[in-house]
Amino acid sequence: MSTPASSAMPTLDQVRDWLESVPDPEIPVISVMDLGIVRGLRWDDDLLEVSVTPTYSGCPATRVIAQDIEAALREKGVSKLRIRTQLSPPWTTDWLSDKGRARLEEYGIAPPSPSGGPKACPRCQSDDLERISQFGSTPCKAHWRCRTCLEPFDYFKCL
Amino acid sequence: MTGAELAVPRETLFEFLCRMGDNTLVLGHRLSEWCGHAPVLEEDIAIANTALDLIGQTQMWLGLAGTIEGKARDADALAMRRDVWDFRNILLVEQPNGDFGQTLMRQCLFDHWHLLLLQALEHSSDARIAEIAAKSVKEVTYHAERSSELVVSLGDGTEESRARMQAALTLLWPYVAEMFETDAHDTTLSEAGIAPTPESLRAPYMDAMTALLTAATLSPPDTRTGQTGGRSGKRHSEHLGHMLTTMQWLQRAYPDARW
Repeated sequence: MSTPASSAMPTLDQVRDWLESVPDPEIPVISVMDLGIVRGLRWDDDLLEVSVTPTYSGCPATRVIAQDIEAALREKGVSKLRIRTQLSPPWTTDWLSDKGRARLEEYGIAPPSPSGGPKACPRCQSDDLERISQFGSTPCKAHWRCRTCLEPFDYFKCL
Repeated sequence: MTGAELAVPRETLFEFLCRMGDNTLVLGHRLSEWCGHAPVLEEDIAIANTALDLIGQTQMWLGLAGTIEGKARDADALAMRRDVWDFRNILLVEQPNGDFGQTLMRQCLFDHWHLLLLQALEHSSDARIAEIAAKSVKEVTYHAERSSELVVSLGDGTEESRARMQAALTLLWPYVAEMFETDAHDTTLSEAGIAPTPESLRAPYMDAMTALLTAATLSPPDTRTGQTGGRSGKRHSEHLGHMLTTMQWLQRAYPDARW
């Protein structure tokens, strides 16, 4: 396990803490840590390596996320860092944190569920729901509607 | 990586990776042609999202192809700086979109084959290929679910929708044969445990398609000959050249242009 090469360098717990406040660019209520895409942090001598896995292989947010992580860490004084793309194991929505799931729901996005569809309408909690489209406004979401309050809503697809 | 460390000749691996990446690139581009034109907004978004997944997969396949080739060509260079005769996609994916039914039928025929292929590649002896397949298979499972549902709904639908889906199947079925064409590269890759022979996917594919087409009340035409020549690069249809002139226009007019 890597430790900082000098006492002036932050601990990995500290880095993790900083990354808790880097938001997902498309769903800003959750952080990159909540999303479960930061797969590893290590010191390679005085260089900090951050391993990031893409959610969907073509998600345009991936590059923005890497830039945001880099910018946030530089602001904290980490001058030497490398963002590494890690494909394996592939990202799964099982890695979403409980905090992230709760925040998604508060924001109006139904969190992923293994049943393949949302459990309840994020607005009125009704379970009388219908799918409008298997895809939504970003690769990670599908489009559903509540038959009780009649509001359409996003569902974070289970992957 | 030096040549001595490769389990198969470099050209064979490069050829295979171009076949994978060119399929996803060409189909991804075809689907993106629908952006803003699909029959309803939800389908427009679904098609664009599928295109996005396929282009993302292309970056992985062609990125690895460039690394294996070792001539400093990255995924962009391979996608934008090759001409028709260098492309290795199957003919099915370069066929024009036609109507919405034709696009969906093409997608469904492709998705089921793509899924079987990726499921086999998850167990590739080449860890880099297994990783890309494991990433892609999750997305493609979703694609296959969607295209199957729609083909069944439209096939077993109204008189008009059924007629259009049958016409699409009759038009596109002859391109299915190429999915199972097996050449010397494939045999080498199979012997090294890197990829299955295309021929080995034929039986499971036909089983899946028979069940699906029966549910959709559609029948494949009684075709004995198949259209091939794409994955070998010997004979693409004229459609690919037209597509590339649009897709590659910017890089051809302004080489090395950057945002």
